[in-house]
Amino acid sequence: MIHSLFLINSSSDIFLEKHWKSVISRSVCDYFFEVQEKAGEAENVPPVIHAGHHYLINIYREKIFFVSVIQSEVPPLFVIEFLHHVAETFQDYFGECSESAIKDNVVIVYELLEEMLDNGFPLATESNILKELIKPPNILRSVVNSITGSCNVGETLPTGQLSTIPWRRAGVKYTNNEAYFDVVEEIDAILDKTGSVVFAEIQGVIDACVNLTGMPDLTLSFMNPRLLDDVSFHPCVRFKRWESERVLSFIPPDGNFRLLSYHVSAQNLVAIPIYVKQNISFFETGSSGRLDITVGPKQTMGKTVEAVFVTINMPKVVLSANLTATQGNYTYNPVTKTLVWDIGKLSQQKLPNLKGSLTLQCGAPKPEESPSLNIDLKIQQLAISGLKVNRLDMYGEKYKPFKGVKYVSKAGKFQGKGLLEVCSVHFHGQVIANTSAQISHCHHGAFH
Amino acid sequence: SSGSSVNIHASYLLMSVLHRNEDLREMLESTKESLKLEAMKRIVGLIARGKNASELFPAVVKNVASKNIELKKLVYVYLVRYAEEQQDLALLSISTFQRALKDPNQLIRASALRVLSSIRVPIIVPIMMLAIKEAATDLSPYVRKTAAHAIQKLYSLDADQKEQLIEVIEKLLKDKSTLVAGSVVMAFEEVCPDRIDLIHKNYRKLCNLLVDVEEWGQVVIISMLTRYARTQFISPWKEDGIFDENSEQAFYESDEEKLGTPQSKPYIMDPDHRLLLRNTKPLLQSRNTAVVMSVAQLYWHLAPKQEVGVITKSLVRLLRSHREVQYIVLQNIATMSIQQKGIFEPFMKSFYVRSTDPTHIKTLKLEILTNLANEANISTILREFQTYVKSQDKAFAAATIQAIGRCATNITDVTDTCLNGLVLLLSNRDETVVAESVVVIKKLLQTQPTQHSEIIKHMAKLFDNITVPMARASILWLIGEYCERVPKIAPDVLRKMAKTFTVEEDIVKLQTVNLAAKLYLTNSKQTKLLTQYILNLGKYDQSYDIRDRTRFIRQLIVPNEKSGALSKYARRILLASKPAPMLESTFKDRDRFQLGTLSHTINSKATGYLELSDWPTAAPDSSVRNVEVMEPVKKEISWTFGAASECHVKEWVPSMGKTKPLKSDDKFYSDSGEEEGAGEEGTGSSSEDSSSSSSSSSSNEESDSESEDKNSKHSEETDSSQSDKSSGHSDKKKADKKKRLQLKKKAKKAAPKERYQMHRPPTHHPLTQELWNLRTFTPKMVSSPVFVPMSSHELLHRMTGKGLAAQYHFPRQPCIYGNKMVSVQLTLTNSSDHTLEDISIGEKTSSGQNIHRFSSIERLEPGASVTVSMGIDFNDSTQAANFQLCTKEDQFSVSIQPVVGELFLPVTMTEQDFRKEQGKLQGMNETSATITMAPENTSNQALSKKMVSVANMGVVPTGEDSLYRFAAKSVSSGDLVLVSVDLTDSSSGRLTINTEKTVIGSMLLRDLKTALAQP
Repeated sequence: MIHSLFLINSSSDIFLEKHWKSVISRSVCDYFFEVQEKAGEAENVPPVIHAGHHYLINIYREKIFFVSVIQSEVPPLFVIEFLHHVAETFQDYFGECSESAIKDNVVIVYELLEEMLDNGFPLATESNILKELIKPPNILRSVVNSITGSCNVGETLPTGQLSTIPWRRAGVKYTNNEAYFDVVEEIDAILDKTGSVVFAEIQGVIDACVNLTGMPDLTLSFMNPRLLDDVSFHPCVRFKRWESERVLSFIPPDGNFRLLSYHVSAQNLVAIPIYVKQNISFFETGSSGRLDITVGPKQTMGKTVEAVFVTINMPKVVLSANLTATQGNYTYNPVTKTLVWDIGKLSQQKLPNLKGSLTLQCGAPKPEESPSLNIDLKIQQLAISGLKVNRLDMYGEKYKPFKGVKYVSKAGKFQGKGLLEVCSVHFHGQVIANTSAQISHCHHGAFH
Repeated sequence: SSGSSVNIHASYLLMSVLHRNEDLREMLESTKESLKLEAMKRIVGLIARGKNASELFPAVVKNVASKNIELKKLVYVYLVRYAEEQQDLALLSISTFQRALKDPNQLIRASALRVLSSIRVPIIVPIMMLAIKEAATDLSPYVRKTAAHAIQKLYSLDADQKEQLIEVIEKLLKDKSTLVAGSVVMAFEEVCPDRIDLIHKNYRKLCNLLVDVEEWGQVVIISMLTRYARTQFISPWKEDGIFDENSEQAFYESDEEKLGTPQSKPYIMDPDHRLLLRNTKPLLQSRNTAVVMSVAQLYWHLAPKQEVGVITKSLVRLLRSHREVQYIVLQNIATMSIQQKGIFEPFMKSFYVRSTDPTHIKTLKLEILTNLANEANISTILREFQTYVKSQDKAFAAATIQAIGRCATNITDVTDTCLNGLVLLLSNRDETVVAESVVVIKKLLQTQPTQHSEIIKHMAKLFDNITVPMARASILWLIGEYCERVPKIAPDVLRKMAKTFTVEEDIVKLQTVNLAAKLYLTNSKQTKLLTQYILNLGKYDQSYDIRDRTRFIRQLIVPNEKSGALSKYARRILLASKPAPMLESTFKDRDRFQLGTLSHTINSKATGYLELSDWPTAAPDSSVRNVEVMEPVKKEISWTFGAASECHVKEWVPSMGKTKPLKSDDKFYSDSGEEEGAGEEGTGSSSEDSSSSSSSSSSNEESDSESEDKNSKHSEETDSSQSDKSSGHSDKKKADKKKRLQLKKKAKKAAPKERYQMHRPPTHHPLTQELWNLRTFTPKMVSSPVFVPMSSHELLHRMTGKGLAAQYHFPRQPCIYGNKMVSVQLTLTNSSDHTLEDISIGEKTSSGQNIHRFSSIERLEPGASVTVSMGIDFNDSTQAANFQLCTKEDQFSVSIQPVVGELFLPVTMTEQDFRKEQGKLQGMNETSATITMAPENTSNQALSKKMVSVANMGVVPTGEDSLYRFAAKSVSSGDLVLVSVDLTDSSSGRLTINTEKTVIGSMLLRDLKTALAQP
């Protein structure tokens, strides 16, 4: 399936190559460079390129192109998904997936790639299996190894490889048995000029950190599972139980993993935590414009909206901005044409306002389109969808684990975009709810 | 001088390269492991950067058998990279892998096979083949998985091995391990995707295993099953078809409702078809986007139209994933949304373009929005498009204008609105926007030319300001086509064009000629001279096309004696009313490819693309998927139990077309093989009970699935060791009637099964059968041993055995417990002063061999001894069989290590057969050595006696004096071992061994050599 892999940095250097079948000359990448040049921006490079007798399927991550060479029919998503998995494995092993990290650990990278594919077909991709086969780098161990000559490579087949639960190692032992769940939510919204919601949805994930001895069988239930509109699971979750009882029943992987991703659709009336009033206009004459933005909290359920940023990508003709902010600071970068207003916390009493004039390039025609706004924000102590974990039960093991749930809801691509001819408001909000009350509720109330 | 300096420079570089590698070579040859490891790490660094390190091959390959596993793995990396270039040297490492293939550690066996099969050296093809065949029967599923991968490697190295490889694939397809399933299906797809017949018997198993297979395997299996289903089931897409009661909807319906609406049933879905749909559906919730996509395409190609909707939510979810994933998913949605816009319409807003999207994503979203447009949502979509037109990304803005044009032609309600909007865009500052608008307006006007002379006039006015050739050409065409509607403007435009003709682009010139011709025909009074001027310019143009067109037009429109009949029709030719162009999606014809494939993405057939066949018109025989071997057994059993169980009989017979099989969506994964059955029943019944509608049929299903489960377990047992087991059991004289009955059945079944395994000819390949017969039967007539050595070996000393002493001895008889076993006789002596009770072999064996235990000895009086026989399958290796000898009180660990000569059974054959067989076992399969013989052994008889005492071989009669031949077969695999001794003089000669079992061969050679040298 996957014949070869080339890693290419932003200055078009091929800094790593790996072949799983016969060797393919790196000149095959010339097709890629050609397309890359035509595309301009790295993001615009099409993921699938027809290159003579080969096909190049590539992803762009952390300023690195992962270019795989394919010789015959294969589902392209199969390759793309795998390449992302490779990048994530590097991230997992080296803390970052950068060119320097890969170069510094080239032997481990090679050993990993060797285990992950056999003849181009995935062999071992589960993180816990790989870690038993090839130990992640660690300064102490590398010193010891260089003295003793012992090595980073496991000698026996990881137990996970043969079991029907390949994501979990056998014989896991901890002195402190703990299971933590972070409920993280992101809001996506598009607002129009008047501030009303065109489109809004919540994307949530439950990330878990489970350090439990043995083979625990966990059941996680929600107070309001019907909120979840569409879900995707880690393979450990028993789908049938979810279908019939709406509980998550699973034998967890060891360590960090993503248990669940979910979607709360607009039909459930996503509450937008803030509103924006804005007026940006350019005068027909006199090469100037006016800007007036007010931001205020809305439906925050008593929580404070924090770390609010408003970012505006100005039209090219805007030379400078002369503004006054009633709260926070603003900066205008005349090169990138971005105006950033760092507001900080929103309070109910005083609504932050940014107002003033814009100077335009002389003689240039007035921009036809008002710029769009991107908004970043965070709210502590609020799960925006209202999802709540009810209880976590453990079967299969006798000890009492320490359990905790943290609600973190972030707002993701909070995109606002004006309809008709005016503004686009891009929200990039982040709503963080991390209530100590909720955690204690989990420890003492729900979990026992 | 500059030349010489370049030379010096080059040689300096060369030196430094050589020098550096010299460095590495020294490190590799040092005795310190850590230095070697360091060197290998640096070499791998070189390989990773694409630098050449091939000259280090000899130094590296020496370390292939290193004890340090990391060093060894790095050597493997190197070897696989360079073996192709250094074939001769690579062969040196082969024996190491052959040895490692027998290692008790499954990881080592697997990695040896991985490397061996990755060395692309044609000469080792037979060795690979052998290794694959063995690994395919390995006890470890991980090794079997590696074997499945190796099949593809060998196939790409030597396609001639196809037939043999298909046999291995067939065997592995029967494998019940989820680990193997994905890999063997992958091998199937690569090697023999047309052998759909191999899938029949495994179809249900694959469907049921699917949720437990790892993600990558799921993708491959789902795509194969999609193809399979399209050849085996009839189309569920019948017009007005009432879909079968098994559909999800019907499942929740109550009985009354169903009875209330009596329906004719023109179409009933095959239960196996339903099984596939049902078992793949949960995978829509997979975290792996490739799995979700593959299920989506399966539903798209196989599910009844009204069920396809389940995939949309999941596909839309994938749009949250990485940019590259979005790209592929959007492409597939674009194709789907042409045929079934309804399923995506509720998610329209998910396809709204974000300013941060890359251009190719934007264009795809635009495509989908356009496909989704209908009377109800068009105003929303058009408003959205209006913002896109203003995008900074001009390529995207242009694409939006095209999209508006498509909406306008598809939805007649908004044609005027769109047209007006586009006309407004003509005053846009941006040239690309204007040009694109012109092109689109041109197409739109063609659909209703009557009302739009105003627009044409407007465009004619704009003409001077427009520079984009395509747009200019479009305006010219429009004016020419509708010149009678703008009689004043048209000649004026032509006049302007005559001035600039020479500097225009070709496409504009062509349209100018066109316009001139049309005006000449309609308004020759005003334009005759202009036209002639333009035709003259065209006549001497640099472009062939323009010159040709000019010549053609002149002949056509200007009547002269040469032009003949055609010019009469000039008006009809040039001014014919032309059909309006269809504005169609670029994804219109993508549906000729299976969704989710590479071919679909690139919109052309990729190498190795497998066509999805059309549904068969008549349903192929669905019974081919019945795993029928076992069913009669069940039936017979139930019959023997009498009338009371007659109802069971019904249950065992799958009632095709009525019941919906089977299980497995009961759980997302099974925790372990054993639990499967039990957990199944529990959850299965509870969930089924809740559906009041089909309680009777659901109980049927359940028993169906149960029976299948049991079947599979039975067949597993019988597979591993058939006759020995049953006969062994019957020895024990079980009182329990039922059990005996069952065993009898098993034995009955086992017998034909065994025969089947022996011949293994796929029935439809008479040629292979013949080959097989040739290979198997003529030479492999096992004869009685020529010589049985009386020596016995100590198994357990009486001191360590607390009075129990045991000795073993090889009687050299074919083992009655199993045809792969070596018979061993144990003599147990009680040298203690008390009676020993319950002497038996412990349940656990640590070394993994298959052992047939002797039946337990109840009492052994002091001083008494007893001889019992047992069978051990040494798997053709001299690895010791470790087991425990138990008495009532104690357990003693003992081990039997066979000498290589005991792993054979003698074979009789003629000299002719011997030669023929020997001819087939040349090359890598031949080992030989010069021998020196003790004088006592040189006589004819003595030599034979010596030989057969070392190894259990048969003597092949020979006509030659100084040539001796012996033949045997290995017990476990049945491979021939041919030994010949050619005496050159009285005290020396040449000993040659031919066998596929090269390891055994070399060991035997060593043993024989030593034996012959001794008196």
